[in-house]
Amino acid sequence: MSDHEQQPSGQVEEATTHAATSSHPQSNADPALVSRRWMLLKAGIALNGLVGMALAVPVLRYLLAPWRRDASYNSWVSLGTANDFPTGETRLAFYKNPYTRSWDGATDNVACYVRREGTSAFKVFAINCAHLGCPVRWFPQSQLFMCPCHGGVYYADGSRASGPPERGLFTYNWQIVAGELQIDAGQMPTLSNTAKLVNISNASGDRRCQG
Amino acid sequence: MPGMNPSPHGQRPVRGGPGIAVRVYRWFALRTQLEGPVKDAALHPVPRSTASWWYVFGSAAFTLLFLQIFTGILLALVYVPSAGEAWNSLNLLNHQIALGWFLRALHGWGSNFMVAIVLIHMAQVFLFGAYKFPRELTWIVGVFLLLMTLGMAFTGQVLRFDQDAYWGLGIGASIMSRVPWIGGGLVHLLLGGPIIAGATLTRFFAFHVFVIPGAMLVFVFLHVWMVLKLGVNEWPMPGRLVHRATYVEEYNHLAHTDGIPFIPGAFWKDLLFSGAVLAAVAMCALLFGPFGPSGQPDPSIIQTVPKPDFFFLWIYTILSYLPPQMETPFILIVPVIAICILLAIPFYAAEGEKSWHRRPVAVLTVSLVAVSWGVLTQQGMTTPWSPHMSAWSSDPIPVSKLEHATPLVRQGAAVFQSKQCRNCHTIGGAGGERGPDLDNVATRLTIDQMRFKVVSGGGNMPAYGKNLSPAEIEALVSFLETLHPANEPPAYDASRRAVESSQVTVPGAKNPSP
Repeated sequence: MSDHEQQPSGQVEEATTHAATSSHPQSNADPALVSRRWMLLKAGIALNGLVGMALAVPVLRYLLAPWRRDASYNSWVSLGTANDFPTGETRLAFYKNPYTRSWDGATDNVACYVRREGTSAFKVFAINCAHLGCPVRWFPQSQLFMCPCHGGVYYADGSRASGPPERGLFTYNWQIVAGELQIDAGQMPTLSNTAKLVNISNASGDRRCQG
Repeated sequence: MPGMNPSPHGQRPVRGGPGIAVRVYRWFALRTQLEGPVKDAALHPVPRSTASWWYVFGSAAFTLLFLQIFTGILLALVYVPSAGEAWNSLNLLNHQIALGWFLRALHGWGSNFMVAIVLIHMAQVFLFGAYKFPRELTWIVGVFLLLMTLGMAFTGQVLRFDQDAYWGLGIGASIMSRVPWIGGGLVHLLLGGPIIAGATLTRFFAFHVFVIPGAMLVFVFLHVWMVLKLGVNEWPMPGRLVHRATYVEEYNHLAHTDGIPFIPGAFWKDLLFSGAVLAAVAMCALLFGPFGPSGQPDPSIIQTVPKPDFFFLWIYTILSYLPPQMETPFILIVPVIAICILLAIPFYAAEGEKSWHRRPVAVLTVSLVAVSWGVLTQQGMTTPWSPHMSAWSSDPIPVSKLEHATPLVRQGAAVFQSKQCRNCHTIGGAGGERGPDLDNVATRLTIDQMRFKVVSGGGNMPAYGKNLSPAEIEALVSFLETLHPANEPPAYDASRRAVESSQVTVPGAKNPSP
């Protein structure tokens, strides 16, 4: 009960005087014994350090599990019969994300835009604005994509028209298999994973060769 | 055991012995050994000048933290941290659980109040020079507490798993993806997978419920501990400078010669203010109700206009005004610099003048930051840069603009509507504000300039050259040329006028270029 005898503090020095009272009782013990205890203490610290490091490996592996190469998330998914997309038009299409869990709810319903430019010429655009990922909307009357967030606008071929985006819309690789339009999809398109999407050069207002 | 004596009828119990309450108290005091430290904390002398209403914000933030923990636990009784069920459980809370809406409202408004009060607290201690020696670490811990408070606000917005949360995560991922080299991996870590989905919500839940609050409790304990041990910052007097060598002694002298015990001397104001803040949170919750949830988090519903919560609107504004090439460096570098500056302040100015009367740069900085923040937030609330996605089909052209209009002009008005010009341009006070208001456009641009602008775009306007037929463009500019006040003629090109007057002129008719 000696603790609360001290004055109400609020001072800085109190801490130092307090620490001094609890000087350790080993001061005049055998130095060899003390050094052995210190050695054992260090051994204990070392053992804990080793075990800690050993445990850190699986923990880090677990934490980094989502970090994968882009392609490992991707696979070919069908957008339906290719002939359902009329030539010269841009249509909203949906697919179930290939990488999914049963508790994803509606979040694995991904939208994209399919533009059919010819009998076997397609462009499939990501719904996400190249600026900050908001969902762009297609206006067939003016042939423009507009983003509701910061006003990014794209032309019908996906190239940047105006606003803050640095580049055109992200596009997916596509293929026709047995009359079905398939795209190579699986992850949210962002500026950092464009290597797995058909690359549009980083220049602004780019227009890719139509050939 | 005098207190336990049965008192015979008509006889008063023996006085003098401690009552049952006192004995229970002593039983615990002996075993916990907390009486001394608590008394020290409660009764430590503080400078009389600090018993001020300016010193109540820290304790109010502390109170709000515990309100948030308390209401958060109550919400966790019902909330389901699953991407498939979270939105349903929020609606259940809002509509089916008795007063679930009120608890959600308390938690939501508590969050807003907490961010606001933490910011006010920070501005106050900065202006009072409280970060100076020996309280540098108190300030630094406080900076981390501010960051964690903002982190709680953002992760909390994600847990309200609706459309805003979904697309807000998309914005977070897009920002993360701009980090060079490891951006893609960081996006995967942020989202817990390749897309915003179930794994994203569970990790934000873990952060919001375990990681950040746990860290906050440790940091808050440390923060308060240092305030108690070092003493609360004295009221700054102009000319009373801080010197490392003498400050502690001067402070202790002040606290003892002109001091009062913290309780009740200063604490009663803390208590009253905290109570008032809690009452204000409750009133807001009662009057304005809970935040959302808005539409369900289904990314196939693209008819949505995502918007961040109030305290992140300023970021939303900055992201819309930055030039494209500035954006990535700005987003990645400026926050780091800002945090480094906050952390460096106590080292840069550990000594010297504390009073705001003699720190004009500090006062100007706080004013500038506050005004900028206010303007950016106000802009974020009105979002003049966002196209109004349904203006073209919902906002009519005012009838007054079409009175006595030629068929060509009427055709132009139809083009104006149907080609979504209205989404970015206002006419008659309705429409988007992305582009200029076109009510008087004919007084600013000649018909040739308008034609050029429509065809080739420029600035924030897309080029419509390929999207409109020549006939549509002619109709459109004919309509635009009628948009001027009755008493103010449209702008004209002097040379064009000269050319026209040399030919046979038909007033009002358009003239093919020579």
